[in-house]
Amino acid sequence: MTNRVSYTLESTLDSVNQVEQKATEVAARAGLGEDAQFQVAMAVREAAVNAVLHGNAYDPSKRFMVAYETTVEALVITITDQGKGINPESIPDPLSPENLMKGSGRGIFLIRSFMDEVKIQNKNPGTEITLIKHTGRNAADAKEEEAQ
Amino acid sequence: MSMKVSNRQVDGVSIVDMSGRITLGEGSVVLRDTIRDMVGKGNKKILLNLGDVTYIDSSGIGELVSAFTAVRREGGELKLLNLTKKVHDLLQITKLYTVFDIKDDEASAIKSFSK
Repeated sequence: MTNRVSYTLESTLDSVNQVEQKATEVAARAGLGEDAQFQVAMAVREAAVNAVLHGNAYDPSKRFMVAYETTVEALVITITDQGKGINPESIPDPLSPENLMKGSGRGIFLIRSFMDEVKIQNKNPGTEITLIKHTGRNAADAKEEEAQ
Repeated sequence: MSMKVSNRQVDGVSIVDMSGRITLGEGSVVLRDTIRDMVGKGNKKILLNLGDVTYIDSSGIGELVSAFTAVRREGGELKLLNLTKKVHDLLQITKLYTVFDIKDDEASAIKSFSK
């Protein structure tokens, strides 16, 4: 069983708030606990902020796309912007002593901390980030739940 | 819910009571302006009460770091009071927990500032 919904949004902070809210709802529906819902929502917010701020740079002519896909085993969220694209290798480590006291640069780190898998792809142009959180369920669990 | 800020003075310490969300946009800007205003007025002992802060994102964390360094640059001290579990956990993950001076009791926090 797979459930997928996707949205195309304007490059605004209002869109970021909507995307975060939706992530909480989808995570709850996927059966994740409160802490995991918070982690997913925060990771999605950070990725959406990156799309709006660093990717599309608030350009009103550019949009970003968010897809929420729920399978039995995982919640998969993909966020794609229309910016210049980033090199995933070039993202600095915010925990290193030279970066620790910087006022920015922690978004991707938090995303990686909170999700089970993160894939960042430079789409030339644009960046696509895929966030995966395992639900801890499998096909047998789902069948059993359906039977009840 | 957006962020709300109110200030009070106790024994020479400026206590900033914050509530709501410190996120990119309004919350972060309010925090930045509040600290800039205080430092500009010569307040160099600042205690940020985060007890009612329900959420903070990476931008908000960055703003706390910037506030800390801005106050220290002026020869002052900025401390944090009453972290919620979520904010506490975020500061631990980002290795900032040991950077900030974090207190959980207002009276002893006030006493801890240098005279």
